[in-house]
Amino acid sequence: MKACWRKIVEQFEFNYPAKRKVPKKSHVGVVGSGDLEVLLEPAEGPEAAVRIRTSAEGFKTTWRAVLDRFFSQYDGAARIEINDAGATPGSVLLRLQQAVEASER
Amino acid sequence: MSDTSFSREYLQRRSFIELSARDRAKCLFDSGTERELAGSFDRIESPWLPMQDVTPQADDGCIVMRGTIKGRQAVVIAIAGAFQGGSIGEVSGAKLTAALDLACLDNEKGIPTSAVLLLETGGVRLQEANLGLAAVAEIISSIVALRQHAPVIAVIAGTVGCFGGMSMAAGVSSYVVMTREGRLGLNGPEVIEQESGVEEFDASDRTLIWSIAGGQQRYDQGLSDVLVDDDADKMAKTIQELIAKGVPAVHRSEQVDLYRSRVAALDPSRQWDPEELHSWASKKKEKNL
Amino acid sequence: MSEFTGIRGRAWFKALTGQESSIQGDPPSVLTTDALIGDDKGRFLCVVPDPGGRFPCARRGEVGLEEAYTLAARVREVTNADKDGKKRPIIAIVDLKSQAYGRREEIAGIHLAAAAAADAYATARFAGHPIVALIVGQAISGGFLTHGYQANRLLAFDDDGVLIHAMHKEAAARVTRRTVAQLDKLAETVPPLSYDVRDYAKLGLLYKLLQVANPQNPGASDISLVRGELIAAIQDARKGSRDLRTRLDSEGARSARKASRLARARLEEQWKEQAFTTASSY
Repeated sequence: MKACWRKIVEQFEFNYPAKRKVPKKSHVGVVGSGDLEVLLEPAEGPEAAVRIRTSAEGFKTTWRAVLDRFFSQYDGAARIEINDAGATPGSVLLRLQQAVEASER
Repeated sequence: MSDTSFSREYLQRRSFIELSARDRAKCLFDSGTERELAGSFDRIESPWLPMQDVTPQADDGCIVMRGTIKGRQAVVIAIAGAFQGGSIGEVSGAKLTAALDLACLDNEKGIPTSAVLLLETGGVRLQEANLGLAAVAEIISSIVALRQHAPVIAVIAGTVGCFGGMSMAAGVSSYVVMTREGRLGLNGPEVIEQESGVEEFDASDRTLIWSIAGGQQRYDQGLSDVLVDDDADKMAKTIQELIAKGVPAVHRSEQVDLYRSRVAALDPSRQWDPEELHSWASKKKEKNL
Repeated sequence: MSEFTGIRGRAWFKALTGQESSIQGDPPSVLTTDALIGDDKGRFLCVVPDPGGRFPCARRGEVGLEEAYTLAARVREVTNADKDGKKRPIIAIVDLKSQAYGRREEIAGIHLAAAAAADAYATARFAGHPIVALIVGQAISGGFLTHGYQANRLLAFDDDGVLIHAMHKEAAARVTRRTVAQLDKLAETVPPLSYDVRDYAKLGLLYKLLQVANPQNPGASDISLVRGELIAAIQDARKGSRDLRTRLDSEGARSARKASRLARARLEEQWKEQAFTTASSY
């Protein structure tokens, strides 16, 4: 248990343009050390919305960069929720791809 | 993961403990019959973790699945050891208790329903302290109620083990299934060292820890009913057999006189070799699968 | 603090029963007797320190192997004796340090001993025995799960010497890497973390907080008050359900355990839905 006293759970939201509907919802991952969970659902409107909650403070620009990269490949109108326990950008991308695969399977 | 060459045998053996909690639960059911209840998209999270700088998980680390096992109704409750050490918080505890109670109600209505608990847990979640402890008391109560009607099977498979109050939940269950990788005990090694000193328990001594709480030892001393290899198919088969076996004539935790006399016969003036307690094992144990 | 554990337990056991002894053959760390409580003969149980106890890690008021199996035996004795008659009340007087932390205990499976005691209490409760836990001092962790927490009704003194928790404060601070002061500060906004019995009362788990003038050396008026409250709690337990639902349905729980209630409601709803879909698919 590495509950550090000063930290707070940070929350960010990002939006991206989308071109197509998402077939179904999917869930992957676990909020374990260095990992994260992703909840992906079809969104109502024509864009994708991402909400991130993370206990690792001060990485907003990193999240932005990772998501920019992800959405350069992905055009689904998804509502994505990420609960993060300090995953690396590589793990984040991997989990997002897994969530997409599961939602289109 | 790249396609490095594993041996065929290794590839054919599907590890149980490497599966996620959700997949562990799933692999026990008749394929396609399982449905998850109060899952991630219900988003019933711990209200207490965000207040303490900890990211919550959408299912609070407790997966409840219902379906049939060899045609019989069953509920499987899997604790995710990867989230907060599988600790029992308000929500995960409430889900566990509610699932047991619903199974109990079905039994009372004439629908036989067994319960399987996949326990990967260090016990009470300290960030939810008193609500976790209260939840464990309720879990124990609900197991005692349900096991009159149908077997409650506790599975301790992964390396997190089963400790704290949840070891008592395993203790009141109808059957305890372990792997060699699993551990079962009331107090974890670190807690004992901290409370009673390093001379009482050296928490860095891995051999000591496994020789006391490991699945092989718990089976050899008769505190676990079945020892299973880390293999999903073997685990599923074990569960099927135990469900078919039904409620035992007497539960282990009801055998008070037997265990009390065993404790009375021990010599507490010295430390013991855990193997000395193999004499406790009864002769009619399950075959080693 | 901990060296005083057990003084209150013993004092209240004596005050309510007129006795302070163990049943012959039992360890001196478990006090058991039957005594009148209202019109009922009730079974009173209490775990107390025994400096001469056989197990070194269970001499200061911890619930060890012997204590747990003795509690289990003494509770089961009552369930068996009252099988066909009136179910007598069981009163667990709680003032205990914790479970015993020792190597011998783990080797001999203290988890099973603790389970056996909790099992005996729960089985007695489901059989119809009204069980009341009277928390007069400390009620910590596995010790409390073993002795007291399976009761239909929980009574506790409104007093700073009463401590109900999952872990001793110093240990909790160490494990969560906080100072005791930080832990106290955090507990102001996170009630389940609090070590204050008044905050515990807000969780909706307690039946009642009792105002006692002298919890360590009870006088006649304290004793008569507590006796009255025990009788009331026993009567209430006889009327109520045999499971622990009251802890979730209480007024306090309706706000403090909102998430538990939501999780339960959602599961009930989906369980029913699923039963319906399964039935209609045939």
